[in-house]
Amino acid sequence: MAHQKIDTYAATLNPEVRQAVRSNSAAGTEKRYEVLGSDFGNPDPLRKLAGAIKQHTIEHLDQYLEQAERSLTANGVKVHFAVSTQDARQAVLDILQQTGCRKVVKSKSMISEEIHLNDFLEENGVESVETDLGEYIIQIDHDHPSHIVKPILHKNRRDIAKSFEREGLGDYNDDPETITRRARAFLRQKYLQADAAVTGANFVVAESGRMVLVTNEGNSRFCLAGTRVHIALIGVEKLVPHDRDLAVFLNLLARSATGQQLTVYTEFLSGAALPAQPSGPREMHVVFVDNGRVDTLASNCREILRCIRCGACMNVCPVYRQASGHAYRSVYPGPLGAVLSPMLAGKGFAQLGDLPKASSLCGACNEVCPVDIPIPDLLLKLRNRAKEEHLPSPGSPPMGGFALLATAPMLWRTAMHAGIALDLTPKGLIPVPALQEWLKIRTLPAWRGGKFRSWYKNRPAQGKDRQP
Amino acid sequence: MANTRTPVTGRKVQLMATCLCDAFYDDVARATVEVLEHLGCEIEFPEGQTCCGQPAFNSGDWDASRKIMRHTVKTFSGDAPVVIPSGSCAAMLFHGAPLEFEKQPDAPEVQALADRTWELADFIVNGLGITQWEGRLDANVAFHRACHTRGTESGPAALQLLGSIPGLKIAAFGEAEQCCGFGGTFSVAFPHISGSMGRLKLEHVMETHPDFLVSGDMSCLMHLSGLANKEGKPLQIRHIAQVLRDALIQAP
Repeated sequence: MAHQKIDTYAATLNPEVRQAVRSNSAAGTEKRYEVLGSDFGNPDPLRKLAGAIKQHTIEHLDQYLEQAERSLTANGVKVHFAVSTQDARQAVLDILQQTGCRKVVKSKSMISEEIHLNDFLEENGVESVETDLGEYIIQIDHDHPSHIVKPILHKNRRDIAKSFEREGLGDYNDDPETITRRARAFLRQKYLQADAAVTGANFVVAESGRMVLVTNEGNSRFCLAGTRVHIALIGVEKLVPHDRDLAVFLNLLARSATGQQLTVYTEFLSGAALPAQPSGPREMHVVFVDNGRVDTLASNCREILRCIRCGACMNVCPVYRQASGHAYRSVYPGPLGAVLSPMLAGKGFAQLGDLPKASSLCGACNEVCPVDIPIPDLLLKLRNRAKEEHLPSPGSPPMGGFALLATAPMLWRTAMHAGIALDLTPKGLIPVPALQEWLKIRTLPAWRGGKFRSWYKNRPAQGKDRQP
Repeated sequence: MANTRTPVTGRKVQLMATCLCDAFYDDVARATVEVLEHLGCEIEFPEGQTCCGQPAFNSGDWDASRKIMRHTVKTFSGDAPVVIPSGSCAAMLFHGAPLEFEKQPDAPEVQALADRTWELADFIVNGLGITQWEGRLDANVAFHRACHTRGTESGPAALQLLGSIPGLKIAAFGEAEQCCGFGGTFSVAFPHISGSMGRLKLEHVMETHPDFLVSGDMSCLMHLSGLANKEGKPLQIRHIAQVLRDALIQAP
């Protein structure tokens, strides 16, 4: 029987990669649980509050986006809107060309992965260097992030030492501190040479136009300190209404993502550098990107737009732990990606329509989600959509016949008795693919169809006086 | 996945035995009857019952699933609580069904059934108010809380009942919150991942050398014991209804 692509990927995954993914993601879940538990006891009320704020925001996105544009403009920021991948890339390139920028330093941004910005800029003669250590390693390896917070979750330090040796950053050395020092020395030169910084943003406040960037390496600060033009690429769902809302989200984000109470750096940006400031970009641009989000907002899966990209759902997901992020064939892996990636794919839904099946529907993702997204419900809705669009689903038995059986009690009871045939026939001969698949790794209990019903009907004593 | 049920007033209950008990685990359905009758419940077993429709629901075939659910609504008419020895089937009735009927004209009927649906342990503890179990059972057990009861009262209720049985010891095992990997058709469409998840669960469970693994859901137990048997490491399994019934039998 044909298997789902993600299962096949997991079955052939390098055991070292599987081990790295499993232990790193399990450690993330453990730390999150400890820190949220010790600081908040029961974090559920906070998660639900955060979810309600985000839900409210996306349901009034038109008005908050307008408000954010006004606030940002008042802060001296130039605001651009991009509908598609092409629009977003072109918007960045246009700004760079108009300001004469040839060299870019980047801090980590998933939306720049979404639009494959680095490749596009290189093709157009602009050097673009990732400065987050994990993203830098991904870039020199021509690889893709396998996790939205820890992009190199699938690599070990020996892999990284080999890459650094290959790139001429020193002899082979897999000591993490040495690796970090070498990256730092290399990247410091890049900050000084760069003309422009490209970043994402974790939150944008509609009422004040304040942008928040969280990092652990301080690389975004270096990016901004060393360049004259700042371009922030921001998904339209990153808005929150008020400054006070940041108290809710910043309390949840790092705890959920890495088990930290707060990231090492939390930057609040309110516009370009003032004339009196010695450093910082003289020009600041915000590119608000749709790229499928508005269609998602109009769908029955809009709750996924609450996501604040903490990665807790992938850390806890037993399927992600077995399959790794690359199994999801898209920028966003794990339970988040299984919903968001097919939605953002728009007309390409069919190519990723299998992702929502990659879940036992265990619900752990919903339990850890800082904005309480009902991910299993959304996966189910997308499975229904895939069925209605007649997408193939390898390994899933058809349900039409089953529904016929399950709505005809006489037929059902007959089938229950007939199932005895299961025990009389050598199981290998029964031509039911799902059964054969089950039996490859498991035994099946003896068929006892109808036994309960006949016991219930024929037992002598009934009612409340009967002693068991 | 919170369940907002109508409080239990009378002693009448309707039993949904589940298709797995209908086909494989008749003793679990029987133990459920015996436990409920011990508690003074008057059981009605609607003969027309088949399946809750979850296999079709999880496969995305909501048309097929809704057909089955409409049959279930008709079969379980009335206003007595519907008690189910499975957290998974119960969740299908009180959570899955309202989701697939969101835009259907008969959504209110489906919601009415949802509001009187109970998983067995939840019903005993929170419906009937029974928190101490009679009898005795000398055994070391491991308890697997099925994922469909995540966020419901069923897990705590089962542990409350099991923990109150004299002689019964519950062994804690690692990564207990993780899924066993069954997941319905997931178990055959993703056999590698499902098997790996199951073996991980079994490793943790086996470390405690339990006399048997207890759960409120036979589907998880069928998958786990099937894996263990295939690998020649048989695992004894019990549904919580069997444990409660056996405790009454073993009582002096």
